[in-house]
Amino acid sequence: MSSETKQILTTDGIPLEVSLKKAEKKNKIKAFLLVAPLLLFLVITYIFPIGDMFMRSVDDRMVTNMLPKTFKAMENWENLDELPPEEVYRAFYEDYKLLAENQQHGKLGQRLNKEKNGFNTITKKLFRQIKRKKIDESASLKEQINKLHKRWRNVEFWQAIKRTAPPYTAAKYLKGMDMYFAADGSIAQVDEDRRIHRILWLRTLEIAFFVTLFCFLMGYPIAHLLATLPMKYSNLLMICVLLPFWTSLLVRTASWMILLQQQGIVNDFFVMIGLVADDNRPEMMYNKVGTYVAMTQILLPFMVLPLYSVMKTISPSLMRAGKSLGGTPFVAFWKVYFPLTIPGIGAGCLLVFILAIGYYITPALVGGASGTLISNQIAFHMKTTLDWSFASAMGLMLLTGVLVIYWIYNKLVGVDNIKLG
Amino acid sequence: MSKNPEFVKFDKVDKSYDGKVLVVKDLQLNIAEGEFITMLGPSGSGKTTCLMMLAGFETPTHGEILLDGNIISNIPPHKRGIGMVFQNYALFPHMTVYENLAFPLRVRKVQKDEIDKKVDRALSMVSLNGFETRMPAQLSGGQQQRVAVARALVFDPAVVLMDEPLGALDKNLRESMQYEIKHIHESIGVTVVYVTHDQSEALTMSNRIAVFNDGKVQQLSDPAELYEKPVNSFVAEFIGENNTFNGEIVDIDKEKCKVKLVNSEILANPISVKSRGEKTTVSLRPERALINPSDKMDNMFTGKIEEVIYHGDHTRVRLNLLGSSEFILKVPNSTSNLELKVSQDINIGWNSTDARALDPK
Repeated sequence: MSSETKQILTTDGIPLEVSLKKAEKKNKIKAFLLVAPLLLFLVITYIFPIGDMFMRSVDDRMVTNMLPKTFKAMENWENLDELPPEEVYRAFYEDYKLLAENQQHGKLGQRLNKEKNGFNTITKKLFRQIKRKKIDESASLKEQINKLHKRWRNVEFWQAIKRTAPPYTAAKYLKGMDMYFAADGSIAQVDEDRRIHRILWLRTLEIAFFVTLFCFLMGYPIAHLLATLPMKYSNLLMICVLLPFWTSLLVRTASWMILLQQQGIVNDFFVMIGLVADDNRPEMMYNKVGTYVAMTQILLPFMVLPLYSVMKTISPSLMRAGKSLGGTPFVAFWKVYFPLTIPGIGAGCLLVFILAIGYYITPALVGGASGTLISNQIAFHMKTTLDWSFASAMGLMLLTGVLVIYWIYNKLVGVDNIKLG
Repeated sequence: MSKNPEFVKFDKVDKSYDGKVLVVKDLQLNIAEGEFITMLGPSGSGKTTCLMMLAGFETPTHGEILLDGNIISNIPPHKRGIGMVFQNYALFPHMTVYENLAFPLRVRKVQKDEIDKKVDRALSMVSLNGFETRMPAQLSGGQQQRVAVARALVFDPAVVLMDEPLGALDKNLRESMQYEIKHIHESIGVTVVYVTHDQSEALTMSNRIAVFNDGKVQQLSDPAELYEKPVNSFVAEFIGENNTFNGEIVDIDKEKCKVKLVNSEILANPISVKSRGEKTTVSLRPERALINPSDKMDNMFTGKIEEVIYHGDHTRVRLNLLGSSEFILKVPNSTSNLELKVSQDINIGWNSTDARALDPK
């Protein structure tokens, strides 16, 4: 008899392991082909754009490419507190002349102006001199340029050019936190009256936190009712919860505008029942109140649905058991029912919070000045200032924030404890 | 110390959920202290509703429920001090076995060391010592069931209710749990109200059985009497196996009556029939009919074997007898057994006292 420790063969003589692998390989390929379209879709629409956003947010090659000779010459500029040597001036002049010929000089001026205010004026002045051929290339360019404007004699402007030399920069991220690279390269805070981003970040977190809290406080009883009512009533209630969900976001926000404005329905009602005087109607829109109210209503289903799906699985006999064992209804709820709903609370809160910190349309329409969020700032830079790299940087900061929250949540509650449905 | 024969008392209790149909009709039921009483019946017969009313999760539409002489209809469940074992155990899934058992004690503000002692005692009662730190999900069905029983007993309730507690277990486990629960009841003497639709469970465990149908108690008696002497054809049908003959009384005296079937007559024991001309259903237990009886029996007939099914300890024989092909015989499996073959003719006999003439079906 052949040894049993030898390879086991299938009936056609192929080793079992080989034929198993062969059989599984087909399945693996099939499985991969099934998910391949989605994978491709995700790569194209998610991973690639995020990568692109990141590149854009740190990309600072424009000046590097425009002034190649200048930066090469600046390597020999040793004492940074004094004006650079003649060769730097000459290199800069040559670079700039080339740009002027290609009509690229304007961009450089704008870019450098962002680095140091007042640059645009002096580069334009230089451009006009070059155009009129008033620069004598055989003489000292340092003297001629310095004579054009007193700012050329200010070493800070030359330092500003040098700061733009590295092809990558974290400046946009610092700007998102109201900080910047000072002339000496250290990180400094912007003036107190110009610190708008930090306020926006804090406000975004604050609004997201309170919207989550309100959604939880309102959604928990609704979800409980949904899970315990008899089928025919719970279906009706479910439709009431979902109906706004199926309505366009814009329509819902617009209807809140109708309700909340100073001559709106809610204010009319308050006046009618004598709660407020007609000439003293409270502002409920274009401020935080409007943002809270509208966002809570819009995000409520995201709280109710995970809670509902968890509560649905909790057997009513557990509450009964709690009561029959001597717990008051409150004790039975608090010790038995509530702990079992924690996976739903976690999922709902995480969902609402993450959606809320990236919310855009609603705060833009009803938020006014004091109710706008960081996403509105991102949109502003995307559409108005066209500073896409800054918008990308802030978008990535938001994404990082979400990941951090997710991580904290995982540490506190555990992601296994989430039940989305 | 004499035991209170009316420890739990249902006094003319009605219950309706929708105002149209009575699920429980005029229920009058006394349960003695320390008794093991089973409510047995098909689903929808109102037995679980009765249990829920006793536990306090449903309120009677009419009538009162008394516990040890006090009306409890208006006392909320958590103040009744009644232990309950639920159909699906209802163990708290987020608590360990210890925490589950400690729950009723903690809400009663029992001291910590006292809790430990009681939990330990309750666990040893169901032989689950050492399982304190397990979660319910880590236990088998039988173990979960025992934890549920221990939890219902740990706070020394006067009454323990059990709502089909063994329904989810497999047959062998169910049988061993039946004995276990029975022994626990005997050793601590608690009053148990047990609901089931499984008649063998009811017969094995109970002191008395209340057979429910259509919202009413059909018969309330001890297991032997229930099986041997059913008072109506529903009980006869529901408990154990049963051969029935539908007919009409043609002659009746105190001990015997003559029942006319389609084309023959049999003698029966008049239970719920009074006079000639009444319709009746005669019920006969399969094991009471004998093949080729040696003694003289007052009902002797010949039937043809239609089917023979081997059951191990006994053989089931289906006969065509007196115009019905559904007559069942249970023949004990012994060495002296006759060779039973299909389409063979055999003589069958039974005593008229075992054939009970009940209300017509």
